[in-house]
Amino acid sequence: MIEKTVAELSAALAAGETTSVALTQAYLEQIAAHNEALNAFITVCADSAMAQARAADEARAAGSTAPLLGIPIAHKDLFCTAGVKTTSGSKILHNFISPYDATVVERLQAAGAVMLGKTNMDEFAMGSSNESSYYGVARNPWSLDRVPGGSSGGSAAAVAADLCAMATGTDTGGSIRQPAAFCGITGLKPSYGRVSRWGMIAYASSLDQAGPLCKTAEDAAILLNVMAGVDDKDSTSISLPAEDFTATLNDSLKGLRIGLPKQHFTRGLNPAIESAVRLAVAELEKLGAEVKEIDLPNSDLAISAYYVIAPAEASANLSRFDGVRYGYRCENPVDLEDMYKRSRSEGFGEEVKRRIMIGTYALSAGFYDAYYRKAQKIRRLVKEDYARAFEDVDVIIGPTTPSPAFALNSMKDSVTMYLEDIYTIALNLAGLPGMSVPAGFVEGLPIGMQLVAKDYAEAKLLNVAHQFQQVTDWHKQKPSLTASAKTTEA
Amino acid sequence: MALTKTEVEKIAHLARLHVSDIEAEEVARGVSDILALIDKMQSVDTDNVEPLAHPFDAAQKLRPDVVTESDRRDELQQLAPQSQDGLFLVPKVIE
Amino acid sequence: MQYETVIGLEVHVQLSTESKLFSGSATTFGAEPNTQANIFDLALPGTLPVLNEKAVAMAVKFGLAIGAEIGKRSVFDRKNYFYPDLPKGYQVSQLDFPTVGKGSLTISLDDGSEKIIGVTRAHMEEDAGKSLHEDYQGMTGIDLNRAGTPLLEIVSEPDLRSAKEAVAYLKKLHSIIRYLDISDAIMAQGSMRCDANVSIRPVGQKEFGTRTEIKNINSFKFVEKAINHEVQRQKDVLEDGGRIVQETRLYDADRDETRSMRSKEVANDYRYFPEPDLLPIVIDDAYIDAIRATLPELPDTRAARFVSDYGLSEYDAGVLVATREMADYFETTAKLSGDAKLAANWVSQDLQALLNKHSWELSDSPIQAERLATLIQRIKDNTISGKIAKTVFEAMLDDNRDVDEIIEAKGLKQVTDSGALESLVDQVIANNPDQVQQYRDGKVQVIGFLVGQCMQLSKGKANPAQVNEILRSKLS
Repeated sequence: MIEKTVAELSAALAAGETTSVALTQAYLEQIAAHNEALNAFITVCADSAMAQARAADEARAAGSTAPLLGIPIAHKDLFCTAGVKTTSGSKILHNFISPYDATVVERLQAAGAVMLGKTNMDEFAMGSSNESSYYGVARNPWSLDRVPGGSSGGSAAAVAADLCAMATGTDTGGSIRQPAAFCGITGLKPSYGRVSRWGMIAYASSLDQAGPLCKTAEDAAILLNVMAGVDDKDSTSISLPAEDFTATLNDSLKGLRIGLPKQHFTRGLNPAIESAVRLAVAELEKLGAEVKEIDLPNSDLAISAYYVIAPAEASANLSRFDGVRYGYRCENPVDLEDMYKRSRSEGFGEEVKRRIMIGTYALSAGFYDAYYRKAQKIRRLVKEDYARAFEDVDVIIGPTTPSPAFALNSMKDSVTMYLEDIYTIALNLAGLPGMSVPAGFVEGLPIGMQLVAKDYAEAKLLNVAHQFQQVTDWHKQKPSLTASAKTTEA
Repeated sequence: MALTKTEVEKIAHLARLHVSDIEAEEVARGVSDILALIDKMQSVDTDNVEPLAHPFDAAQKLRPDVVTESDRRDELQQLAPQSQDGLFLVPKVIE
Repeated sequence: MQYETVIGLEVHVQLSTESKLFSGSATTFGAEPNTQANIFDLALPGTLPVLNEKAVAMAVKFGLAIGAEIGKRSVFDRKNYFYPDLPKGYQVSQLDFPTVGKGSLTISLDDGSEKIIGVTRAHMEEDAGKSLHEDYQGMTGIDLNRAGTPLLEIVSEPDLRSAKEAVAYLKKLHSIIRYLDISDAIMAQGSMRCDANVSIRPVGQKEFGTRTEIKNINSFKFVEKAINHEVQRQKDVLEDGGRIVQETRLYDADRDETRSMRSKEVANDYRYFPEPDLLPIVIDDAYIDAIRATLPELPDTRAARFVSDYGLSEYDAGVLVATREMADYFETTAKLSGDAKLAANWVSQDLQALLNKHSWELSDSPIQAERLATLIQRIKDNTISGKIAKTVFEAMLDDNRDVDEIIEAKGLKQVTDSGALESLVDQVIANNPDQVQQYRDGKVQVIGFLVGQCMQLSKGKANPAQVNEILRSKLS
């Protein structure tokens, strides 16, 4: 049962073939068996999950038809969850029990989802490998010596290994799409403003966006239906007419115009990934889509602009972690300066400190115009590139990542790691919706195809991805998990 | 562009991060590598381009002037490393 | 050498909203520590700001009152610095695109002339919390109740040339703000705070001298003292061949001196950048017109009307419009009593003296406008004399009965009965034969002395005009 999709589980629960209690129990057992090896969860909430499951079953008996009633979910550990430890992968929040729920958490809970726990992630969502987590790296279920990607690596690993039916993630430069690609699952980053950021611990406010990680495009649509919507608590959430993202999943792709950005098929891309993506595009052509090459001339600059804007916003967003009102405070500070500096230096990991330094530098006197302002201008150029491209095409398709999941500790420096996000990062600058869907295997590891649509056209993305999944079965492939040491010994 | 040790110390102080002498050089190197990546932007002429702060051109929403929060001090101060008499405590601030 | 003083003021005014600038926490003054500091105010991770519409309306209202340009698209920025009373590690403020742009206001100088003072801008920002330096286990206590309270920072041009002008500007600003009812603007409580940028330059020199910024000035009186002190200090430095260092100085009212804030911090680098959690505030003409329609009559307009409608002197009008409450009080008194001039005198002299004596606000006065108007009517209808009125006024302080009842009960009614007055006059004539003789010999000014004797004898109750008349007829 645990390998089923949300849509299937929902039907099974409605038909009385299973109960939320049974389902929750099964996922908790799967977690018990495999989390030690995968380290996908930072916190598992077994007791409260069982209580929520019982409540869901009772609600169903009482006639509730909430869309996710009784289905177990995992939340990335940067969504605030009332009464539950929320760390954002950092030591500085090692003891932070959130006194409130994120809007995303609240909406999913109201839809009946049962929270299994909080997933591992790169510290403050800064990373592409999960290696910057204070709680140890999460591992790729397809190969335990590989990274699951990041920053939503724990969520992706958990979904891929059936430790949960679905998970939430956030994406600032590729943090949903890249781990989805590395773990062979489906991930959606909605348009900026589509999902509320209230209660989501900020990395870079103008780029961060929450979205689902799940097994199919259909599941992503079901989840987005619940997660999306304007929120009075988030000034940057956008008011749009209510939409049922599942309604157009089965629309025909006849006449769909697909653009392949030439900049995304150049040197640096693993040739096997290129072939896999081109084959996948060919499947879509068979469904009636037309394909043309497009130009995104400022693609290469996106990464440069991103590494100014994101660290700059982060440098301010992370100033609140000062050891005064919550979180980690160093032992025996001699004075105020010492308290600030040691609490922050001991509480933050290396990558976070590096990005705070970059951001502080880029905003400092004399450098603002050359860095921050310049990056904001590049940001406009990047957005305009996409706007121009979407005059001719409906969807832009390319690889999600230049290579499959890399080995743990294999990235020797930050810059090499940053370049892994080369295809995903521009969307965050432009605020566009993007998806990664499984599109083949390279060296026995799953790889992802990225789909991009214009502002608020998530329905189009989900439609194309769903149709693709009707004619392919990459998304149905499962890693073979060896039971963890604990289980074997017992 | 490469950062000097003095610049690293200045930036670290602004960000209230502690960087030891030994770390300073390593940090300078790491930051300089990233700056090299960033500096690729400088090759593009953006004189006539307006900066873009937000992906979408929307206006700020306004909230009615209504008190919606109630006193949660006792609960919230449970989170504090040190508090007394309802106050958060920090090492003595000298003005 | 002769020096010219150049002053610019930065005034922070707490906008009197119910809730904070970006959160739904209360802003009540004097609450128990941290009981008005909620998850956003404590900068808990994941919390986000949403702008208070009232604060925007108040800022725009102020802008319109000083004839300023209103920013059609104003932008919030983050000002980054670490301090324990600043929970987010940045203050949300407005740098390049403030809601209120250039405007001006007019001040009256001692010689009766007027001067226009430029206002560079006024922007919205969040207030910080408070650090309490009493000893808590040798530590500092932080109260974040005030954190996030909306402020309007009003920045003047360096147009002020003396401490007196600075005070006049500040009082005018205070008056406008109170008229608009956008802030309590009580300096002692910190709802209005003033920093002064002060420099001096040799008379005739075009360039400004190096300025210092004086902080922590918390009364009108101290503004004048602090600036005068700082100007003298700068003169002394220059005359000793030294040079002025650009720095922030703290005014110490107890010692009446400014002293350098010896901060170890090198030059501040606030790393301003546009606040990504907020979008630009877009203000259209319809909004501006709607706010304009709510503007009350402002002090300058009102003073002009007092001169034309009530025939007051410009000076009296200026004094009476200083606060909206005083002007309202005067206008009510004038209308009800039917004598604007008497009302103006009573309000600006007797009432003002009373308030000064007790350090009262107008609202503390036991004598409301309606009662004062009745008192004035009784002078006009000859029930009491102007002099007796002062006695009645005093009595009204702790006797809240009707004015007429007080006059009656205390027997202060003016004697106008001619029979009674005649016998009074007869008595005075009999008691003062010498003066009567002098009068009859042609020294007519002696009549004043005789009238005075009559008044004294009647304990002030006799109608002086009638006494005068009876005396003249009896002595002729």
